[in-house]
Amino acid sequence: MLRRNFGAVLAMGAALLASGTASAQQRDLTIVSWGGAYQDAQREVFFRPFQQQSGTRLLEETWDGGVGVLRAKIQSGANNWDLVQVESEELLLGCEEGLFERMDFAAIGGEQRFIPSAVSECGVGNILYSFVLAYDRGRMSTAPTSWADFFDTQRFPGKRGLRRGPKTTLEIALLADGVAPGEVYKLLATDAGVDRAFRKLDSIRNDLVWWERGSQPAQWLASGEVVMTDAYNGRITAANQNDGRNFGIAWRNNLFTLDSWVIMKGSPNRAQATAYLNFWAQPQVAAALPPRIPYGTTIRGADALLPANVLENLPTAPQNAEGALQIDDRFWLDNLDKLNQRFNNWVSR
Amino acid sequence: MAPLLIFLLVVFVLPIGTFLARAVQESDVPPVLPRTIAALSGWDGAAAPGEPAFAALVEDLREARRRDQEAGGGSIGRASARLNNDWPGFRSLLPATARRIASPFQGEARAAVLAAAPEWGEVAPWAAISRAGGPLSDFHLLAVLDLKRDAAGHIAAAPPDQSIFRAVLWRTMWISLCATVLALAIGYPLAWLIATAPSRFAPWLLAGVLLPFWTSLIVRTAAWMVLLQREGVVNATLQSLRLADGPLPLLFNRGAVLLAMVHILLPFMVLPIYANLKGMDWRLPRAAMSLGASPLRTFWRISLPLSLPGIGAGSLLVFIQALGFYVTPALLGGANDQMLSYFVGFYATRTVNWSMAAALSCLLLAAVAIVVALYARLVGFEKTRPA
Amino acid sequence: MTASRISLWVFGILALAFLLAPVLVILPLSFSAGSFLYYPLPGLSLRWYQDFLTSDFWLPALWNSLRLGAATAILAGGLGTLAAFGLWSARFPGRQAVMAVLMAPMVVPAIVVAVPLLLAFGPLGLTNSFWGLLLAHTVLGAPFVVVTVLAALAQFDAVQLRAAAACGASPTRAFLRVCLPQIAPGVAAGAVFAFATSLDEVVVVLFLAGPAQRTLPRQMFSGMSDSISLTVMAAAMVMVVLSCLLLLAVTLLRRGQKA
Repeated sequence: MLRRNFGAVLAMGAALLASGTASAQQRDLTIVSWGGAYQDAQREVFFRPFQQQSGTRLLEETWDGGVGVLRAKIQSGANNWDLVQVESEELLLGCEEGLFERMDFAAIGGEQRFIPSAVSECGVGNILYSFVLAYDRGRMSTAPTSWADFFDTQRFPGKRGLRRGPKTTLEIALLADGVAPGEVYKLLATDAGVDRAFRKLDSIRNDLVWWERGSQPAQWLASGEVVMTDAYNGRITAANQNDGRNFGIAWRNNLFTLDSWVIMKGSPNRAQATAYLNFWAQPQVAAALPPRIPYGTTIRGADALLPANVLENLPTAPQNAEGALQIDDRFWLDNLDKLNQRFNNWVSR
Repeated sequence: MAPLLIFLLVVFVLPIGTFLARAVQESDVPPVLPRTIAALSGWDGAAAPGEPAFAALVEDLREARRRDQEAGGGSIGRASARLNNDWPGFRSLLPATARRIASPFQGEARAAVLAAAPEWGEVAPWAAISRAGGPLSDFHLLAVLDLKRDAAGHIAAAPPDQSIFRAVLWRTMWISLCATVLALAIGYPLAWLIATAPSRFAPWLLAGVLLPFWTSLIVRTAAWMVLLQREGVVNATLQSLRLADGPLPLLFNRGAVLLAMVHILLPFMVLPIYANLKGMDWRLPRAAMSLGASPLRTFWRISLPLSLPGIGAGSLLVFIQALGFYVTPALLGGANDQMLSYFVGFYATRTVNWSMAAALSCLLLAAVAIVVALYARLVGFEKTRPA
Repeated sequence: MTASRISLWVFGILALAFLLAPVLVILPLSFSAGSFLYYPLPGLSLRWYQDFLTSDFWLPALWNSLRLGAATAILAGGLGTLAAFGLWSARFPGRQAVMAVLMAPMVVPAIVVAVPLLLAFGPLGLTNSFWGLLLAHTVLGAPFVVVTVLAALAQFDAVQLRAAAACGASPTRAFLRVCLPQIAPGVAAGAVFAFATSLDEVVVVLFLAGPAQRTLPRQMFSGMSDSISLTVMAAAMVMVVLSCLLLLAVTLLRRGQKA
């Protein structure tokens, strides 16, 4: 008797407090991007205008990659993401494993709306970008120009930043070891090539610091935490534009790739996600991003709307693209998990 | 009492129990390769098995791949992650094989599979599958101790490039121990001072311990982050006083983690010792003094032994909490300052390896349980009381 | 005063400074007119509080924290009080085991609560929901209520209940009219502990909450793992003020109990 009454009072109190979240099951469209200056720019030119125009409420989340995160989301039955920006090998892996919905191009204006490399089974290309060697001009008397300089701790003493993970790190190690861009993946496909890359990394192991979030390289350069680092090209230019930094970029042998939007399997907000993609895929909307952060767009006709001083900072500009290594998604599709494990064990020792 | 007990059994004991059971369950491979496991049941393990096993493998993989793509189950991924722990190479071997044999082919399954991936000609991958056939195994529990079973089933050390967990366990213990010792060294004199201070000051001194005790852990971690970062308070002060030429790397290392942990855990040391000293019979040390014992000798022979229960309670309380720290090392530590908790979270959310997460949780819980048992033996639970 | 006494005072004051200074040093930064995290301040302003109040993230997070804390306090307070009363009034075999279960959430590392609940709640639709967080925080907060209420009951004279029964009161009525009023300060203090536990908790929220359920500590956690800004310091200030209020509440309740 007492317990029942007491329980009823408790339940009422809790229900009163929870009333604001009564519709928790019907969650809002959740978009997941990569944080920092990039997501700030997206918020300004895409997210906010989309919310105003469509009246859809949109929640933001930030991540820093890893197909395991997506696997865990789907397989734990606790997925709370709808539209996610993924890297190219995550796109292939996740599509293969059924983590994403098929991309319905008819619903977002047809394939011809996008450049060919942006079209795939489960995703639509979002931005074109490069991993570049970045440094602070203010702190360096001589500018590093290549990945070989990155590993040269005699001429350029100090800590260096690299992205935590085997992808990009192993390529950079081999490029620095004198391997031509065309040979990198042939070599990495062999055990000897992987050993060679790790040996190269071992040579500067104590000078390496590992970043995980895209906002960290620019912060670390600014604070002098590192003298040079690999970084997303856009964040470096954005730091120069927005925070008055004087960072330099060595484009030589940059690692070129693209990210894509995917819709998570079973998302209850597919219609809203499609509406967002439709909004973003308008050339005049998409063209608003590069002036704020220089990542190439995948929308046909958007580049024509950009002035020359923006175009020259994009990874697609001819002088930047020369000698670039296109990251091989197929290689990473087959080898990411294996090399991830080896890398994680190597780094946490 | 019953409602809370039932509530805890349902929301606490049951989920954790089910989760920990995953450490000994083989739940990843059998659903994906049921026919293959059946075909391997009579296999002698001397050479790669015959055509029936290959045919079963093809059939299993085709079906699993179709299921995955329809439902997003990721079962092949999970099975290959499990097998990869046993035989490195499976992580890509299984999905790649599934991809390549998905379309129909003519002739023998064996030839087609070997053309897709020659590794299937070896014994090792088949042995790994048969070991993961379940339903129960000690594989994950051994793995978190850096052990594995060799082909003959004997327990042996895991290869060095896969052995990280013993190091993580010792690291967890070592950080917790250091934090406990430091907290004791700082906390005991402080507790002594509060217990013996004139009653005008004592409440204020006690408030000085209680206030940080009530301040959120995340706020205190943030405080250390702001103090220690490169362009933070400490570095700016050192440079303005010309004590350092450039900013010192104070953050993302073991020292930063320990400093913040001692800071956060110190009240848990001070309060039990204080309570103990407060209840101590102070006539005893005074009697010793009046009988001519030196202050040092009095402390060593009388006061310290009398305050041992407080020291024990405080130390064990601090040690138990330190073992489970997650947020502070994650925010203030570097890659090799992460403790067991971090790896539990890592295996659960960054790779879908719940069995490993469960086995590591068992390890963590076992460590905690040992300390709690010690606590119960030495102190008893009736004295557990939040300040 | 002897030399050893003086050195004890010096050491003690230093230790207290170590305990108090870090938080006290960083809080004034939140009133900075500039944007960097060290002294001297370029000027005073409330711009970071303005940022806190106007951003899309912080105010909802504060509201989530308060609501979750209050609901936890009610639920854990109720369940914990009943449990403590049961433990106190009945001696039965297995009491030790029951006590161990009730106290276990205090010692089990947060991660070993968070990950199993993630897997258990996922299929039930309790992740990304207020209810899931409420259940989890009630688990973590209830032991504190049990301990506090048991302490209050230790000062309660059981003879009164028998007297009430002799006068014809049902056990329920006796509990509500005789026992509860006397242990009310203890119950309230326990509820405050549960509130504080929920307010402080970040690991379970990290694993179970969706973006719509982010609490203040969770939001601070993401603020700190990205670029730490002075808005995080403003949030820290809000948290410290909340903690002080809770500490004050408990102190007053304790006093009420003793009087």
